[in-house]
Amino acid sequence: MQREKTFGQKLRLYLMFAGPATFAFLAVVIIPFLYGAFLTFTSWDGISNAKPFVGLENYIAVMKDTDFWKSLWLTIRYMVISVILVNAIAFMLALLVTGKIRGKNFFRAGFFIPNLIGGIILGYIWQFVFDKALVFILNQIGIDSISMLSTEVGAFWALVIVTVWQYSGYMMLIYIAGLTGVSTDLLEAGKIDGCTDHQTTRYIVLPLMTQSFTICLFLTITRCFMVYDLNLSLTAGGPYGSTTLAAMSVYEKAFAAKQYGQGQTEAVVLFIITAIVAVAQAKMGKSKEVEA
Amino acid sequence: MTTEKSMIVGGTERRISLAVKTVLTTLLLIVYLFPFYMIILNSFKVKRDIIKQPLAWGGKHGLSFDNYVEAFKKMDYLSAVGNSLLITCCSVALIILFSSMAAYLFVRTTWKVCGIVFTVMIFSMVIPFQVVMIPLVSIYGGMLHILNHRWLLIFMHLGFSVSMSVFMYHGFIKSSVPISLEEAAGIDGASPFRTFWQIVFPLLKPITATLVILYVLAIWNDYLLPSLILKKGMYTLPLATNAFYGTHSNDLDLLLAALVMTIIPIILLYIALQKYIIQGVVAGAVKS
Repeated sequence: MQREKTFGQKLRLYLMFAGPATFAFLAVVIIPFLYGAFLTFTSWDGISNAKPFVGLENYIAVMKDTDFWKSLWLTIRYMVISVILVNAIAFMLALLVTGKIRGKNFFRAGFFIPNLIGGIILGYIWQFVFDKALVFILNQIGIDSISMLSTEVGAFWALVIVTVWQYSGYMMLIYIAGLTGVSTDLLEAGKIDGCTDHQTTRYIVLPLMTQSFTICLFLTITRCFMVYDLNLSLTAGGPYGSTTLAAMSVYEKAFAAKQYGQGQTEAVVLFIITAIVAVAQAKMGKSKEVEA
Repeated sequence: MTTEKSMIVGGTERRISLAVKTVLTTLLLIVYLFPFYMIILNSFKVKRDIIKQPLAWGGKHGLSFDNYVEAFKKMDYLSAVGNSLLITCCSVALIILFSSMAAYLFVRTTWKVCGIVFTVMIFSMVIPFQVVMIPLVSIYGGMLHILNHRWLLIFMHLGFSVSMSVFMYHGFIKSSVPISLEEAAGIDGASPFRTFWQIVFPLLKPITATLVILYVLAIWNDYLLPSLILKKGMYTLPLATNAFYGTHSNDLDLLLAALVMTIIPIILLYIALQKYIIQGVVAGAVKS
């Protein structure tokens, strides 16, 4: 390919090989991204042609918007709790389905199933479980109860439960890949030196799996920050707007309240916060990595 | 003596702990699959039985396929499956076609423009969809008035996916496709285009399989992007299910049947390709 010398030849080759990809990428990601940055300085309503320039007004409005900060704070709590539980349970599942247990592949495949299905559908499945099945079971064993989804605290934990249920099977797979990557030589050396199972896990396996933890934490943090589908179908932000997570808040600000400029500003603020958290986490993980 | 004894004790302990492990894992799996069991079981029952006895096998009125027949017609299931299939297949085919070609050019040339585009693509991977969602609607809806077209959705799936797939193809070509083969073909007079399709592309099979699996799952299940673009009549499965929940919120029996029908295609795919799907998901997560 380096044989092409003239500009015309190079251009033809570029367009033939990378033209469609570059065009789609620019049209769908880069131009909207730049245009979106411009929108944060306007007070556009989404309909009129006029996009009045308002300077930093949107950013000031977002800073003062208590609803947005409430939903962001809620998202952070949801994210922290989910990330901890997802990874703890996923790691435990990975330990359970590696080693000598029979039917490994069957178990792994089973725990992964929720990840095949989109958040919208998962939310509706669990809506039925929380609203009908669980209430029925609790009433049967003598606890008079109403649906979790109809209380603020219950609905928040319902989101956490479904998130943990879904992603633990996914992260389990990554932890399994990490666990099986730990060389048996090291484990045997540990055994000869008299390590107990617990010590082997703590001092040999865990340090060598830092990379798996970094990947899983990164994936769960970014996904939890941006969750929308599940939020929409499971709680729809309710009861009384108490579980509106940040991504849903952005959507409503733009498409329901028609404040496109401010909605876009919220999206940008959310993106910056996510990026800072995710990058800090990845950096910390990298510094802890050890070579086998 | 003591060593022998401890070995025996250790052996039984091992066996007991393995049994405990198996029981525990089985119980956990039952808990994990319980929601699916619930909706499948109740999707065969009449509404009154679902509400009165969600755990019972059948209830007063027994089990029947009636819910499925009715939900199938009312949610326009076939058209939704058709739309989902069309959009998923076309998007994934274009993603594979254009990303592999672009990545190949980026690896095999030292042109400045390739380096710049590739770098921008890598950085763009951190941009979440929500950040470009509002501008997308305003550009393609407000200015160009071309929302409500299936091909626009396919084009957008392509645009959102190229950066990661080019990145993954790039890594693979750089590390595992020897340049000597192509040089030989070049001497024999094959054009770059032919060299790519006849020699390079077949070597990319492992990474192509990974990407196909990742994008089939992602695009098939996507809700937010299609919900902004498609209108009624073009709905994909997740959109059709969501709309069905909106219009039939009181018909729990039909809703459950609709849910089960929505997950059937992907479960069938999973049963057929389970090993590849699991490998693909792990490879995708670890490499990116």
